Amino acid sequence: MLGQIAYALPFLAQGFALTLWVSLLVVVLSLIAGVILGVGLVYGPAPLRWVVRIFSDTIRGIPILVLIFFVYYGLPAVGVHLQSFWAAVLALTLFKTAQVVEYLRGAVASIPKGQSEAAMAIGLTFRQRLAYVIFPQAFRRFLPPWINGVTDAVKGSALVSLLGITDLMQAINQVIGRTYEAMPLYILGALLYFAVNYALSLASRRLERRFAFIRE
Amino acid sequence: MGYTLNFNLIWRHFDKLSGGLLLSLELAVISIAIGIVIGLVLAVWYVSAGRVVRGVIAAYVEFIRNVPLILLVYLVFYGLPTVVDIAYSAQTSFVATLALYSGAYLVEVFRSGLEAVPRGQIDAGKAIGLTPWQRLIHVRLPTMMRITLPALSNTFISLFKDTSVASVISVPELTYGAQWINFNTFRIVEVYLVVTAMYLVTGYVLLFALRLIERWYRTAR
Repeated sequence: MLGQIAYALPFLAQGFALTLWVSLLVVVLSLIAGVILGVGLVYGPAPLRWVVRIFSDTIRGIPILVLIFFVYYGLPAVGVHLQSFWAAVLALTLFKTAQVVEYLRGAVASIPKGQSEAAMAIGLTFRQRLAYVIFPQAFRRFLPPWINGVTDAVKGSALVSLLGITDLMQAINQVIGRTYEAMPLYILGALLYFAVNYALSLASRRLERRFAFIRE
Repeated sequence: MGYTLNFNLIWRHFDKLSGGLLLSLELAVISIAIGIVIGLVLAVWYVSAGRVVRGVIAAYVEFIRNVPLILLVYLVFYGLPTVVDIAYSAQTSFVATLALYSGAYLVEVFRSGLEAVPRGQIDAGKAIGLTPWQRLIHVRLPTMMRITLPALSNTFISLFKDTSVASVISVPELTYGAQWINFNTFRIVEVYLVVTAMYLVTGYVLLFALRLIERWYRTAR
């Protein structure tokens, strides 16, 4: 039993690497898209705010699995052909972007109004207020939940196994298909996911404590 | 491009979706009911227990929260019967998984709720001579419930969405119905549009209803 599992380890390691790679791509892309849309939601003109609000509420209102199937099966139907890997990354990025938008909105909203009023009083322009007053403070509010939310990207990435992508989840299922050692392999997989996500949530908690000095 | 929407086939097979939605709701309700029991018992135990018990409960919570739900579903459905001599249907297996899953999230919710009960209330309970058990039932739990109700509603709604994962072990809930129509009629865009709307409307109706209950419960003193 152990021999068979040891034999499969390089294959599992490849799957694990793919899981991390998908998660990293999703996290980076959604951070960029989410910050842009989030700023649009907080400071943009009304039509833009509505569009972002509807986008975010829709994405957050449906299961990630439905979103993944919609993107994966739906895009080719309307003539957009993406490799399954990129369809999966796109779907997970959409899901994660909606989260980042909400973290950003929450972080900016948590900065007391007096801060931007004071900045206005000393004559800072809109951009200066954002760059020197609001964002440096909002960043400390944004970071802990965002890092904690990275675990959602890692956990969500396990769903791409359903599209035939050989991530850690799919690699485990394939090895089980050959060896019938279901329980040890699922536990091994669970421990790997746990290691990554637990490290992330610890980091989030530490940062939260470090940034706890900001008061209302 | 040039895709023409045609919903006829979706309506013809709509029973797959309506029945699926009902099953999704059923799975979520049963799971959270069991999850609430797990969460309450463990949270009450946690706040009064020693280091070892706390460690075990924390390990359960952290393990569940940091592992993908799909893996837990596979583990319980395909993994567990290979080591323990039990047999169950996919549906039972999924409910058990989702109950354990929601239990882990609810331990946290209830624990922080119990710790948020004002000290003065517990002291007042002592002052009028309530036993520790009476203080728990008549003072701490009701107050904790008021504090945690919003978080409980949110957990329920996210659990309702999580039931979509049951489709991977062929439980015929809403996402499974969507896939069935996807593969059998190829009206792909249509079916996912309809299913998206069904999840959204159900989710927001639930949210609205739960917020009403919260408001009613908050004012009832």
